[in-house]
Amino acid sequence: MNEQYTYHAIKVDHNVCYGCTHCMHVCPTNSIRVNNGKAHILIDKCIDCGECLKNCPVNAIYVDQDDFSNIYEYKYRVALVPAVLTGQFPTNIIEEEIFGEMNKLGFTHVYHAEDMAPVIKELINYQISEDTDKPLISTFCPAVVRLIQVKFPLLLPHLVDTLPPIDASAIYYRKLLVEEGIPENEIGIFYITPCAAKIASIKNNLSSSNSNINGVINMSFLYNRIYGAIKNSNSCTTKNPLLSELTQDSIKWSLSRGELSQIDGTGLAVDEINNVIEFLELLENGEVPELDFLELRTCDQGCAGGALLQGNRFLTVERIKTRAKKLKINSFQESYWDKCKDVFNNKACLKYEVKEAKPAVLDKDFSKALKKMERIRDLMCFLPGIDCGACGSPSCQTLAEDIVQGDSNLSNCVFLQRMMEKKRKLHSNHAIRIIEGTWGKDRLDKDCKKKGAKNEDI
Amino acid sequence: MMRTNYNVEGGDFTKAGNVASCVKKTLKQLNVNAKIIKRVVIALYEAEVNIVAHAYQGHVTIDIDDQYITMLLKDKGPGIEDIDLAMTQGFSTASAKVREMGFGAGMGLPNIKKNVDELTLESEINIGITLCLKVKLTE
Repeated sequence: MNEQYTYHAIKVDHNVCYGCTHCMHVCPTNSIRVNNGKAHILIDKCIDCGECLKNCPVNAIYVDQDDFSNIYEYKYRVALVPAVLTGQFPTNIIEEEIFGEMNKLGFTHVYHAEDMAPVIKELINYQISEDTDKPLISTFCPAVVRLIQVKFPLLLPHLVDTLPPIDASAIYYRKLLVEEGIPENEIGIFYITPCAAKIASIKNNLSSSNSNINGVINMSFLYNRIYGAIKNSNSCTTKNPLLSELTQDSIKWSLSRGELSQIDGTGLAVDEINNVIEFLELLENGEVPELDFLELRTCDQGCAGGALLQGNRFLTVERIKTRAKKLKINSFQESYWDKCKDVFNNKACLKYEVKEAKPAVLDKDFSKALKKMERIRDLMCFLPGIDCGACGSPSCQTLAEDIVQGDSNLSNCVFLQRMMEKKRKLHSNHAIRIIEGTWGKDRLDKDCKKKGAKNEDI
Repeated sequence: MMRTNYNVEGGDFTKAGNVASCVKKTLKQLNVNAKIIKRVVIALYEAEVNIVAHAYQGHVTIDIDDQYITMLLKDKGPGIEDIDLAMTQGFSTASAKVREMGFGAGMGLPNIKKNVDELTLESEINIGITLCLKVKLTE
């Protein structure tokens, strides 16, 4: 089962991008190139982790979103809200007030995305007690799942076979509303996302049951709308008391260690994409001692570090912990699955089946790939190994790969250009034209309005 | 044919596994089947750790051609006294110090043998070992 992963939620606004190399250098999967003075994302390699967005000095990288008015395509509009949305508001703003504002914005129902965490916890612990490929890797973070698909396909059998709580909650509330007699096609479930990866995962149908979520709303958009409304209103609207049984454990699920702390057995929590990659390398090499479970998160501090969150991630963690203390239930003693099973009907609907993806290889054909690799090694004899990025590729190694794949030329290297000029194999006018091809026309002309220059105007 | 050379330092456990890790990355880029990569990495890792644990110095040559990966591991060290015994499951000569680090549970050579298609082992006492491993990469 091969999937086409063609949609990416991360986009570059070429009107704003001025062609620096920050994003290209931080991209953990080497999926950005600069061409014609603008950053371009390679869709086969990008995992929507959001590192580029976090590092762009001019906010040229943004997360694509559906038009908010799309929610009105449905008569019943359900918002699934993860704890990190509430966690951005000062703790004196109560949750009822935030959810109340969301009702005013047009949602008929507002639920916690983590409501079904206790069910998922039970299912993961059940899988751990069984004989499976250990350690099991959490499927919570969609960028991690995508990373494993693209860069660590050997580890695919380690992924937990249960959906994350967000998807489970979507299924639960959909079924609950259908039970109440609402026609299924009138229900639209919208997830308020803290990251780009979840959008891409839903739109590409990364897992089999993502179709339970009809749309995704960017958290930064909604935060601004809610915060503005609360600031401008003087009455507290608590028309809709919350029916949810969110536990102290569940509210912390999306934070670093939040999931791990509820898992039986031995385990580790690793957050931040580069840490995750380092750890997956170790695991793939067989250098990790026996563990039952791995909680891997792309963002530092888990979802509190999501690209679409406002404010400082450490403060968000602190606020969520403060909010957790106010919740009545710590965790459920009795089985929460038993409580919800009548709505879910069967466990099969919570099964997570990850699809195989196109892995990052030089060529599908082994002998062609081998020839390409030999050529790369030849080219590396000539490239200076400075990894400056002036060719528009993030490193000499990637430039060599790009050349072999027919996407770049050796003369794009600014140092080799000098050598070619010296040997009179390249005219200096031609060299300038090559540089302009990568960095844009007139890029090397004096410009006092550029970032950091005396008349900075960006 | 593509050849890569690596040096392995005896006693440097911090770097044990580097060769296996590099070879793994290469094979992944070459779109080699995941199960075959796993076998190569397990065998090579074991053999590499053997050099670190037992020898003073080692040299690894990796050749990849249209069908096979050939891994030649030569070390300068004590050699193996009884090759048949070393090939026995569970046999280990590792010191307590090495075992403390999580290595030396025995099964090194049998485990290597299990994961490769061809294995030749030559040993000279107090001179060293030459281990040659071959795995077919294409199905």
